[in-house]
Amino acid sequence: MTANAITSDTKSHEELVDEKIIKFYFITALIFLTTSMLAGILVALQLIRHNPFAGIELFSPGRWRMVHTNAVAYGFLANGFLGCLHWAIPRLTLQPVANRKLSWFIYAAWQVVVGATAIGILFGEAQALEWGETPVWIDPLAQVGLLLVAINFMTPIARMKGPMYVSLWYFLAAFVWTFLTYAMGNFVPEYFVSGTSAGAVGGLFIHDLVGLFVTPLGWGLMYYFVPILLKRPIWSHGLSLVGFWGLAFFYPLQGIHHFLYTPIPMFLQYGAIVSTIAVELVVTTVIINFFGSIWGNSGVVRTNLPIRWFYTGMIYYFLTCLQCAFQVTLTFQKVIHFTDWVVGHAHMVMFGVFSMWIMGMMTYLFPRLLGRNWASRSLCEWHYWLSTLGLFVMAADLILLGLFQGWSWAALEPWDASVEFSFPFWVLRVIAGLAMFGGLLAFLTNIWLTFRPVPVTAPVKTGGLLPT
Amino acid sequence: MFESKSGILYIAGIGFFALAFVSNALVPWLMYKDIPEKTVAELINPNLRYQFEDLARRYPDSFNATYGTPPGGDAEHDAWWNEKCADALRTGHKIYVGEGCWHCHSQFVRPVSNEEERWGPVSRSVEYQNELQRPVLFGTRRVGPDLCREGGRRSNDWHAVHFFKPESLSQASPMPEYPWFFDGSPDKPNAKGLAIMTYIQWLGSWQESYPYYEAYVPSPVQKPEEVAVAE
Repeated sequence: MTANAITSDTKSHEELVDEKIIKFYFITALIFLTTSMLAGILVALQLIRHNPFAGIELFSPGRWRMVHTNAVAYGFLANGFLGCLHWAIPRLTLQPVANRKLSWFIYAAWQVVVGATAIGILFGEAQALEWGETPVWIDPLAQVGLLLVAINFMTPIARMKGPMYVSLWYFLAAFVWTFLTYAMGNFVPEYFVSGTSAGAVGGLFIHDLVGLFVTPLGWGLMYYFVPILLKRPIWSHGLSLVGFWGLAFFYPLQGIHHFLYTPIPMFLQYGAIVSTIAVELVVTTVIINFFGSIWGNSGVVRTNLPIRWFYTGMIYYFLTCLQCAFQVTLTFQKVIHFTDWVVGHAHMVMFGVFSMWIMGMMTYLFPRLLGRNWASRSLCEWHYWLSTLGLFVMAADLILLGLFQGWSWAALEPWDASVEFSFPFWVLRVIAGLAMFGGLLAFLTNIWLTFRPVPVTAPVKTGGLLPT
Repeated sequence: MFESKSGILYIAGIGFFALAFVSNALVPWLMYKDIPEKTVAELINPNLRYQFEDLARRYPDSFNATYGTPPGGDAEHDAWWNEKCADALRTGHKIYVGEGCWHCHSQFVRPVSNEEERWGPVSRSVEYQNELQRPVLFGTRRVGPDLCREGGRRSNDWHAVHFFKPESLSQASPMPEYPWFFDGSPDKPNAKGLAIMTYIQWLGSWQESYPYYEAYVPSPVQKPEEVAVAE
């Protein structure tokens, strides 16, 4: 893609990319994902009343529920994305990051933030902000960390000459948005406003965290990796523009749709609903663009694992957004708000889309970082199928259960009735969760088998020899 | 403009974010800025005082160990109860947040789906304009019942047993048990237990339709000098 831009003063891959830090980010990300999934299993077991640690304060399921979400958002997704960005941004801009020492400082500082968050939450210090339970005394450090991330990655983008590729639009905006979103969500409702207005800000925060931090980084990386792996350009530059600017305009306007039918003024709720439905149309253009890119060559998903992860994630993304266009309406909200439908939706976004993309990128990058092929292709397949099918079962199970719960409540059935019929669904959710966790174990085993010191028979490094 | 660094940085990055913040956060903020934000001390009402004093009566040892004994003299006596009650509310709120109660129990009643029938009056903005709603505890999921009209619905004894082991009162309940709110048994709530029960009993206690409103008797606990006279 950048072949035409390469000149004699172009830096080599080694000068551009700090491979060691990517490995560190990925391994750390996987440790947090393991923690998060174990936390998820613990909470799921609590719901079916089989918590093995019942009555132990440090294993309180309410606290581990917050560890579950925070470890995914800040431990897994953030670390995974930062690792991928250390690969993609220097290679796209042909400029190294601002400072390698700063990179390592950010890495260490970020793990302190996530670790302190987990410990703070486990000792009952959480902040009452969904996805922002980070104890208030860590927030300033996290804010500084995000500023440094922005400086470190925006420098190569600023130094770059020539037109910016789509990915860089997303990255550039994401660094600004993430910083602003974190500041808005963690400080405004804690120190400046209370009550209903705090609810509106909290809604913006929950929403922007997904929409302005995770989503643009995810799509930016897809715009980078997909054409490289398919060895063909993105189908339509025009649609890329529509996708980016549509997301940038409509996504931030939707926060209040998390709190429909609250005392937040109705005209603001309508505004959030309309812009949510609008963004689903934008999403459709992005999906069309990516499926246009693979059109005629779709057999590659059978052989190319990263591409399969990416496109599975995109299908889940489309399903999530389609679901969202319906669930955001007041008609659906009456039934599904407060139910497990929402939990199903959240898992489909965070695991089905963004975790899948990171898994795909890790599947692509680990062999390049380690200089070896995957030890076991079949473990890669197990990882993919257990994750994909496990998630499908979990999301379908919870979404369906949500409808039943909503109708039962509206029909004024006794509360206990809704708990009792939820039970078999919650059991199935545990099974699906264990399948997803099994997928992760297959991946970890595969990394270990690939990573462990063995005599290397055929060293390969970043070449075209790997089965991409 | 659409593909340039400055266009993306200023229009998409800062401009659109600011537009959303102004329209979605600043507007409600300005709309509600004239509703005064109540402090915890201002939140104490007779219904809550009744429940708090009821805790003192039911669990005197635990209560005295945590809050001490009320002083003599009517004014000091009343101020003491209010002060301790505010302490309990603050601690209770911190526990409610720290234990993640709000992830399974919402705190707002919607005007749809017969929620008014099940929970009580639909939530209004003014109810949330206080220090204990920083950040607001609307909640997004109901694994268990909504709690914003919970105060006074059940006795403190019920709550003590329920926190200690929910299954003993509600057979199918998936709620975790909280033995660390107690010193070994449900009749011995510790500082945490007393505080969280006070907080739960506060929820909805400001309502006109509060369940046990009529049963309130001011300060049923004997003052120290009365105890001395009786002996």
